[in-house]
Amino acid sequence: MEFISIQDVYFSYGDPSEDPNAPNAVDGVSLEIRKGEFVAVIGHNGCGKSTLAKHLNAMLLPDRGKVYVDSDDTADENKTFEIREKVGLVLQNPDNQLVASIVEEDVAFGPENLGVEPSEIRKRVDKALKAVGMYEYRLHAPHKLSGGQKQRIAIAGVLAIQPQCIVLDEPTAMLDPSGRSEVMNTLLKLNREMGITVILITHYMEEAVLADRVAVMDSGRVLTSGTPREVFSQVELLKKHRLDVPQAAELAFRLKGCGADIPQIPLTAGECVKILGEVLS
Amino acid sequence: MSEILELKNLSFVYGKGTPFEKRAVSNVSLKINRGELVGIIGHTGSGKSTLAQMLNGLIKPTSGEVLLDGKNIWDEPKKIRSVRFRVGMVFQYPEYQLFEETVYKDIAFGAINKGLSGEELDRAVKNAADFTSLKPELLDKSPFDLSGGEKRRAAIAGVIAMDPEVLILDEPTAGLDPMGREILLSQIVRYHKEKGNTVLLVSHSMEDIARVADRVIVMNSSELVMFDKTSEVFARGDELESIGLRVPQITKIMQSLRLGGISVPDGVLTVDEAVSILSALLKKEGKIW
Repeated sequence: MEFISIQDVYFSYGDPSEDPNAPNAVDGVSLEIRKGEFVAVIGHNGCGKSTLAKHLNAMLLPDRGKVYVDSDDTADENKTFEIREKVGLVLQNPDNQLVASIVEEDVAFGPENLGVEPSEIRKRVDKALKAVGMYEYRLHAPHKLSGGQKQRIAIAGVLAIQPQCIVLDEPTAMLDPSGRSEVMNTLLKLNREMGITVILITHYMEEAVLADRVAVMDSGRVLTSGTPREVFSQVELLKKHRLDVPQAAELAFRLKGCGADIPQIPLTAGECVKILGEVLS
Repeated sequence: MSEILELKNLSFVYGKGTPFEKRAVSNVSLKINRGELVGIIGHTGSGKSTLAQMLNGLIKPTSGEVLLDGKNIWDEPKKIRSVRFRVGMVFQYPEYQLFEETVYKDIAFGAINKGLSGEELDRAVKNAADFTSLKPELLDKSPFDLSGGEKRRAAIAGVIAMDPEVLILDEPTAGLDPMGREILLSQIVRYHKEKGNTVLLVSHSMEDIARVADRVIVMNSSELVMFDKTSEVFARGDELESIGLRVPQITKIMQSLRLGGISVPDGVLTVDEAVSILSALLKKEGKIW
């Protein structure tokens, strides 16, 4: 069943009455996201992926086309708050999203605003902090945490609203390698164990290969989408649009180009070693 | 080759004598040669930024010495400002530091403070803009009208315009997309090649470091744990992983193949290198023609 349905959406930041030729940031995108799916969206800066993300919880409304969240039209003002409870958004810079001086108060900020009962808030905060593995830090000051920890607090803040879907806009761009894997492992856990739909916008291909599905955006459109294997096998297409592919895929692809007998394009280091080991043995 | 920078038993302690005392850099000694491109890696909090900030006198070491061209930079504390023109520092997210009315004025700011004027200044600004591939027509624009990648390059140009003997870049590619990263990195390499200046690159991206650095400094919990040729450092993948770092995927693939008994060298750093090694091997075995 589709949880989010994006139907032929166009959006421009320009005012059409002033500049009829203003470029569209999102230029005719259709995409279906099923409940419980883990979808990665990749594409370089300015390709429209952040603009698209903001359409998923009614922060932006399409100029043309429709976005439905759990069958509700995002353009229906009566549904806006309901939609934002269902779809939580996490942004790139953790420092811009933390509001309180104590971790647990920060996580409580969302449910407090929704008018949730204090005893229920307590339960939700504890549960959210445990889900991201930050329960022991509940009384710490957020600004003294590492980037990966801060980002997990931001995710806990969204979880406390009990969303069915989390959209993350380059949540790991400002983190070091260990912070990146902390966040990624948290997202995989939320998706696999709690069934939360995850839409991850990222520049890191090693994160995208872990998703159920990958959509590649360029100039406001979806260039291609499919399983990570289907997408990253199209090395030429991705390279042409100056996107990265995992080094494992690039190596295999180029050796195949030299005439080596590579049965399929690997996505991870382990797969690549296995395939090359067989070819070379 | 002569060394431009030498660190002798360099240490720094934050909040010394307070309950928050924290050792950020412990007893680091090393020499950096003139004209080298050195990478600095280490996870968050390992002390690499503190180390970098001591190199141009932004932070005064708690103990130990920083020698620039053989002279302790703190010998004459009043002249520390001149050190900052010789060792230029580009901070993380430098685009937030743009402030002037035009890109030209912003790039010129540091050079004017250094004492440049007239034609000399004009040349310095234009050269710096060229090194960072900022088109001449952008120079009259407001820096706030530039794209993210252009802003960052303008900020870097401002430091290059001072013509520092040592250029330190702290995470210059953080937050850029693959294409922006690629452009910026190749500009740094070009600057380094053409000017022959010393460049220090602090980065979380092992792929970037692997591609461009001659040697790599590895920091962990305030200590210098490795300082060696790039291929030597990345050949020690297990040790790097034990301190929260990793090696580029391609290095890992080649290492595993090697462990599996296939004769490939250790410390392979780029896909190009791996392709040429493996295709030669396949040819030798008659698997490709």
